[in-house]
Amino acid sequence: MGWTRKILRVDLSNGTCKSEPLNMEWAQQYLGQRGLATKYFVEEVDPKVDPLAPANKMIMATGPLTGTPASTGGRYSVITKGALTGAIACSNSGGYFGAELKFAGWDMIIFEGKSAKPVYLSIEDDKVELRDAAHLWGKTVWQTEEIIKKSHQDPQVRVCSIGRAGENGVMYACIVNDLHRAAGRSGVGTVMGSKNLKAVAVRGTKGAGAIKNPKAFMLAAAAAKKVLADNAVTGQGLPTYGTQVLMNVINEMGALPTRNHRDVQFEDARKISAEAMHEKRPTDGKAHLVTNAACFGCTIACGRISKIDETHFSVVNKPQYWGASGGLEYEAAWALGAANGVGDLEALQYANLICNEDGFDPITFGATVAAAMELYDLGILTKEQIGLEAPFGSAQALVALAEMLISGEGFGKDLALGSARMCAKYGRPELSMGVKKQEFPAYDSRGIQGMGLAYATSNRGACHLRGYTVASEVLGIPVKTDPLVTEGKADLVKAFQDATSVFDSAGVCVFTTFAWTLADLQPQLDAACDGDWTMEKLALVGERIWNMERLFNNAAGFTAKDDDLPPRLKTEPAKTGPAKGLVNGIDKMRPEYYKVRGWNPEGVPSKETLSRLGL
Amino acid sequence: MLMKITFKLFATLQDYLPAEAKKTNAVGLEVADTTTVAQLIERFSLPQKLVHLVLIDGAFVPPAERAARTLREGETLAIWPPVAGG
Repeated sequence: MGWTRKILRVDLSNGTCKSEPLNMEWAQQYLGQRGLATKYFVEEVDPKVDPLAPANKMIMATGPLTGTPASTGGRYSVITKGALTGAIACSNSGGYFGAELKFAGWDMIIFEGKSAKPVYLSIEDDKVELRDAAHLWGKTVWQTEEIIKKSHQDPQVRVCSIGRAGENGVMYACIVNDLHRAAGRSGVGTVMGSKNLKAVAVRGTKGAGAIKNPKAFMLAAAAAKKVLADNAVTGQGLPTYGTQVLMNVINEMGALPTRNHRDVQFEDARKISAEAMHEKRPTDGKAHLVTNAACFGCTIACGRISKIDETHFSVVNKPQYWGASGGLEYEAAWALGAANGVGDLEALQYANLICNEDGFDPITFGATVAAAMELYDLGILTKEQIGLEAPFGSAQALVALAEMLISGEGFGKDLALGSARMCAKYGRPELSMGVKKQEFPAYDSRGIQGMGLAYATSNRGACHLRGYTVASEVLGIPVKTDPLVTEGKADLVKAFQDATSVFDSAGVCVFTTFAWTLADLQPQLDAACDGDWTMEKLALVGERIWNMERLFNNAAGFTAKDDDLPPRLKTEPAKTGPAKGLVNGIDKMRPEYYKVRGWNPEGVPSKETLSRLGL
Repeated sequence: MLMKITFKLFATLQDYLPAEAKKTNAVGLEVADTTTVAQLIERFSLPQKLVHLVLIDGAFVPPAERAARTLREGETLAIWPPVAGG
């Protein structure tokens, strides 16, 4: 529907909600969702703001293709200054919430201030109000969604909410919608909790409209769907095996971070892989995986829906977890599994369910457990401090630590800090495996060199979704490059970062890029949105968004020194696999990247670059 | 001369492994030391369109090299259909 041209501004301090026209000049420069919401954010928020102060704002934003028949057109993003990182945060989620928000007639919601008491925002098309959430505070995400649907007497209402993690200040809390889709990284749920905002419930009945050229749009959307269907990855690979199929691939390549990045291959990788999820269990004769699942409008359907083994020690007396539910996806399976050496698929699924139920990021949580296990292994943390034995590989410890995090008791308070703050507290900051206080995802940059640069320069801290060079370096999409060399990676990372910025701003899923290029997205945007959306314009928009985010981070106090990797990845060579003997070449790639970006050696965009991008 | 190698097939390709090998996705083979990657792909009747990611000891073997690349004692050949994740 292109833009609804309407934004909702919610002042939580004063309890007011008002409608404003969308700035259409900015829409032409920043498209929507990630780009456009970040533009609003950087114009309105002091980069030095404390992420948990009322002066920080939080924006929930759709893209122009959200809610349309474009494949995967159901995305929305949460933009704020991240609690975990102190950097610009943009966390993207699927499910059905984003499309419903669009159907209600809103491009985005800007939350500002802080409510004096817990509230939730109710949206029924133009009827918008803040409601008391005292009865929801202390409830899980799953309970909150159920209570709101019952009280609204509408099973179609879509809910995003924080769980107890967001309420209790866990620094990597998520905002979860549709039970198991999440705006997951950087602590956006922590910011939401700091504002005493428990949930947003939205029901939209306006449907899709305001497409510039409906016939051209439907033709473009259909053609792009055919590209996805005909592509072996998006048409067959992802729906059948999901993202989890990467577990064995990345392990075989020697790029699966294991035991807090001490190793690059995990001996039990297969036990926690997609292939294992398809196998019948000896205990009950059932496969872990029940079915695949799709978000709104998605024709890929990569999602995993699984049933945990009811006899597993983690759930044996907890029937509330026995039903089919979301997971495991690759990142969660890696972080909860290989990162801490746990090869128990059912334990990983249980920890994943807790992440979904109470809203915290499984990547940061798993990596924080890994760091705690290394501190335990080194004797820096003791059994008495943690409350239990926590050696690498202990499924019992993983399960107990997940429960401890939510109870907020004992060592759970330390886990809530994330690995950077926790390791610093115990005098070993170098053992936190991340960038800008955000933990790495599931690719070891000694075995996939380009990812080291992508992590180091990601505007939201270590992240695979800001520049997924794995596609090229491992999977050969769009072309195969050598994962073990640094040459050419500066250009590759920039290309992925800029293109991803456009996809994240359009309202579609980045997984379309396994089959689509900008040339597949461009006709859909051009037909849906006012103005001329050429390839050249889109390329410029992507680069503009990246530089805008960079400028915010620079003003927040980040420098070139923050575009770096932990010493382990620069000084401790990979022990096995094709990368054996290699460290990451970030110090070689970083200056090349700055040059390619048109930045000075300190990582500051030059006047010429800013002028060219209209910044 | 015969030599021992490990042959791994993943995702939908695992159906081309002997039943007992599916639990590990791997089978040990004794093959002639002149055996190439392409010959093993043919021996297991793998559909060409499903042979996408080919790794020997984790290192990528480009399509153009598969006909000539011979396996060596102790190497592991692993193959996937087109897959992705994130």
